[in-house]
Amino acid sequence: MVENLKCSVCNKDATVHLTQIINNKIHKVDLCASCAQQKGVTDPEGFSLVDLLSKTALEPVANEQTQLACPACGQRTADFRRTGRLGCANCYEVFKALIVPVLEDIHAGTRHKGKVPADALSRQSYQLKLQGLRESLAHAIAGEAYEEAAKFRDQIKALEEAKELEIASK
Amino acid sequence: MIESLISDTHAELMQSAKRAAPVVLSTRIRLARNLIGPPFPERANAAQRREVLTRCSDQLSAMPQMRKGTFIDVANLSPLEKQVLLERHLISRELCDGAEGTGVYINKGQTCSVMINEEDHLRIQFLKIGFNLKSVWKLIDAFDSDLEKSIDVAFSPDFGYLTACPTNLGTGLRASVMMHLPGLVISGQMERVIRAVSQLGITVRGLLGEGSDASGHIFQISNQQTLGESESEILERLANVLKTIIDHELNARFKYLEENGTQLLDQIGRAYGVLKNAHVISSDEALNLLSFIRLAVDFGMLPETNRADVDRLVIESQPGHVQYVAQQGIEPDARDIARAAQLRQAFRNLPALVFDKLENPE
Repeated sequence: MVENLKCSVCNKDATVHLTQIINNKIHKVDLCASCAQQKGVTDPEGFSLVDLLSKTALEPVANEQTQLACPACGQRTADFRRTGRLGCANCYEVFKALIVPVLEDIHAGTRHKGKVPADALSRQSYQLKLQGLRESLAHAIAGEAYEEAAKFRDQIKALEEAKELEIASK
Repeated sequence: MIESLISDTHAELMQSAKRAAPVVLSTRIRLARNLIGPPFPERANAAQRREVLTRCSDQLSAMPQMRKGTFIDVANLSPLEKQVLLERHLISRELCDGAEGTGVYINKGQTCSVMINEEDHLRIQFLKIGFNLKSVWKLIDAFDSDLEKSIDVAFSPDFGYLTACPTNLGTGLRASVMMHLPGLVISGQMERVIRAVSQLGITVRGLLGEGSDASGHIFQISNQQTLGESESEILERLANVLKTIIDHELNARFKYLEENGTQLLDQIGRAYGVLKNAHVISSDEALNLLSFIRLAVDFGMLPETNRADVDRLVIESQPGHVQYVAQQGIEPDARDIARAAQLRQAFRNLPALVFDKLENPE
């Protein structure tokens, strides 16, 4: 006997079966009546599977070998599979291998081609550089390498002055 | 608490007779942004959410675009107030259902709203009447760049702007255009159009978004994909699809008018009669009849100057607005009576329909 299809969301018997073509790939979703109602699949023509797909593509995978966890926010592979969402910005590094196939399914590409927050990025790289130099300075002083230390101190000063100049010129 | 917002006659959606156009009611673009550091809202605890709310609302209040704007902590809104803001697309359902520490900043004029701690830390939205993808993008791009001067946003060179859901990753951009498509619906072509555009990565939804049906022949059409294309590529592709839909809609209208002219004029005339005289009317019926009145403006049967009135009535006929104005009647029955009274009042001030032009085409 043919096994009944199960709802992709709650695993009850599915009564609604949807098929849609996205990026030349056929996607199928099965839903029970109440989940279909809840997800707004009352009019299959007006409904986009993509919202659901990002979740169903992530259905729990039986016996998944690696269970990752994000050190920053505690999100686990299972959480990602269940909700289809990430817990924090750092999750994109942790779950990269799981996310990329999903991106291939739902987007026009897997690399960002749009706007870049230039101001925020230059601010961040400035902070990182400054922090690195300060650590080197502390390290040099601790090791009594005063010539080195003077070099780092000058570099910090130059970096800070350049930043001030940049702010003043705005 | 939202009284001043609702009574503001200069709100973008409530005026604009000059710029409103046939077919396209309004253009919206939203950007999803997150801060570096705190977990995304769903994963964050109450303290983290409150901290994000305070930090973002402080930064927003310092922006020139938000001068004389309104900040609302969603926890202080009644269910009815939420419903009204939802019907104006100033907040989303997800924001209404959000846990502690969700808020929205709305500018004067209601062209810009920034939701805080919705699915992402920040959901910036700009809205304009008419078909205005380019100018709305300019506004929101400038606003986003300004905000970024004081807020460190989560961004990766590979994936772009990082969002809670991978469906918004990259540009974080969703453009939605609200379209009035009676021609395609009446001539039975809408299903085909929806199927065709969905294969191009374009989504079609009803008036109130996710899961709502297409009341009043009004559809929201938006891009689905946010990664792998630049903002201008996304907007251009969407604009091309929308232009095609507008052409099809106008063709469908004229073809229908040619083949079933009398029937169409009858439908418009009856819609006018019912809206002017009904004493009990549901939201769905009102929206569907108002659709014919908007069509009457498009056909020149009512002066162009009345288009804004019709578009305003579409918003004011929705359940939340009717209750808000009536200050009573949570019961649907009382609502339908109040709605009919408001419509009768509005229609008293409209001129009669001019049928001549269409009745005897030369």
